[in-house]
Amino acid sequence: MTTLAAPPVRVVAPSTDTGGRSGRVTWMAVPALLMFLAFAVVPLLGVLALSFTTWDGLGAVHPSGLTSWRAVLADPGLFHTIGVTFLIMGLSWVFQTPLSLLIGVFLAGHQRYREFLAVLYFIPLLLSSAAIAITFKALLDPNFGIGAGLGLPILAQDWLGDSKLAVGVVVFVVSWQFIPFHSLIYQGGVRQIPASLYEAAQIDGAGRFRQFLSITLPQLKYTIITSSTLMVVGSLTFFDLIFILTSGGPADATSVLALDMYQRGFQASLMGPASVIAVILVLTGLVLALLLRRLGGGSGDDSQLEGA
Amino acid sequence: MATMTTVVPTQHKTAAPQRRRSRNLNWLGGSLSWLWLFVVMLPVYWIVITSFKQQSNYYVQNPLAPPSEATLSNYRLVIESDFARYFVNSVIVTIGAVLPAVLISFMAAYAIIRAGRRSRFLRLTNSLFLMGLAIPLQAVIIPVYLIIIRLQMYDTLLAIILPSIAFSIPLSVLVLSNFIRDVPRELFESMRMDGATEWGTLWHLAFPLTRPALVTVTIYNGLGIWNGFLLPLILTQSADQRTMPLALWDFQGQYGVNVPAVAASVVLTTLPILILYAIGRRQLLSGLTAGFSK
Repeated sequence: MTTLAAPPVRVVAPSTDTGGRSGRVTWMAVPALLMFLAFAVVPLLGVLALSFTTWDGLGAVHPSGLTSWRAVLADPGLFHTIGVTFLIMGLSWVFQTPLSLLIGVFLAGHQRYREFLAVLYFIPLLLSSAAIAITFKALLDPNFGIGAGLGLPILAQDWLGDSKLAVGVVVFVVSWQFIPFHSLIYQGGVRQIPASLYEAAQIDGAGRFRQFLSITLPQLKYTIITSSTLMVVGSLTFFDLIFILTSGGPADATSVLALDMYQRGFQASLMGPASVIAVILVLTGLVLALLLRRLGGGSGDDSQLEGA
Repeated sequence: MATMTTVVPTQHKTAAPQRRRSRNLNWLGGSLSWLWLFVVMLPVYWIVITSFKQQSNYYVQNPLAPPSEATLSNYRLVIESDFARYFVNSVIVTIGAVLPAVLISFMAAYAIIRAGRRSRFLRLTNSLFLMGLAIPLQAVIIPVYLIIIRLQMYDTLLAIILPSIAFSIPLSVLVLSNFIRDVPRELFESMRMDGATEWGTLWHLAFPLTRPALVTVTIYNGLGIWNGFLLPLILTQSADQRTMPLALWDFQGQYGVNVPAVAASVVLTTLPILILYAIGRRQLLSGLTAGFSK
């Protein structure tokens, strides 16, 4: 779960000051501030600084100007990697959003059996990406895996050996892992929709399908944006899963930015170029988060319940 | 999808078409949900039955059939591969990171809510934490690695603990301050009248009133750190310092062909979390969406 990206934050000024004397409480914020500065803010500035250096990960760090940037930007592999990153991002959004939404709406009902279903649904959320990747790697074996088990030859493909299939597998496993999480978000969103809206619609003679289109979907606007932001920005951080499942292969078909960074830095000992990739990763995440926030109409301070 | 488009037109002109369509939508959501349940449970079922299979039988039997002769030898192999130590390491890292992280986040959230309006310093701190929500751990792992080396902490559990604390702070402060903000102002006022210090107010007023939120952030951060892979991968090296996800990966590298043993390692490393899930499901689930609905 550390790989989950930040939620689109409602930046709320601490306006409900409870009247304490600032001198006596200020120190309480200091430990958290120091920890955060030391291991998050300083590294963030550090990664930018390191992108202008040469370092093998062991010896001394040498300033080297734009060498690393030139090397990375001149590498055609970079654009392939960025392409793969966006491909996996886009496909996993397209696959996860409708499913999470429908499952979330379904789970929002209070029937007992649905609660029972929910208990089982959320199991993937508890597993480590390492455990999930290892399980699917074995399960997708063309000869001794799921295809043989269900007796369906169509499932007995060389899933991780074919470029196109491998991308599909990554998208599927990502969805397997995160659809429960997004369903949970949608379930919460649906339960916040006032029942009065549905009652009014029923009086007007709208059927369930109509209600879904005219009430549920518009009311979930902010939930959809939240969930999409998490999916999109979070997809930039897929590392463990892809690292164990495919190591970026076959032939770089699933090599995303985070993995590329690890391989350049910690396997090829080129920390300078790896830092360049990291900077690109940060910038991409920021731009995407800002774009999605704009899509949400900027201020999230308004009530999420339109027309209620 | 296909069923919806085919069923609806045939019954189109009969009475109450809308209700019929609504039933179809329900039916669609329902069947999708059952289908997804199957998709979710199949790998879970497979990994559990496989972990009890004998390696010699594994390639002969149908992969989805229960073991013809169940055996615990895979679990014995996993346990003999030092998994008890990795388990202890994971426990140390998780508790060692989560408790301080939640404590200092709680203190910071308290300060921000109590005096954020008048203190520019606290306002800036709060903005910094909010900005921090957007920093992915992956992107700063190289400087973190450099810092850990310079602090002479490479290949220790503390190397995993410190960055884990830092990256737990932003969301924890956000969630906790949202809850402390809901504590009625009059209560703070009466604490002050009674002569309580801020530190006393923190523990005797804010702590009990925000306990659900504290449990929530503890679970959310704990699960993330327990399952964390990147920090142990980069910041540790020796087997002594290995945590469970890393051990799992290493074990798979060593015993890759022995699928039942790998399956047993997956089950064993997941078991503690599943047991906790069985005990505190509601808290766990609300913990997972911490901060996204409030």
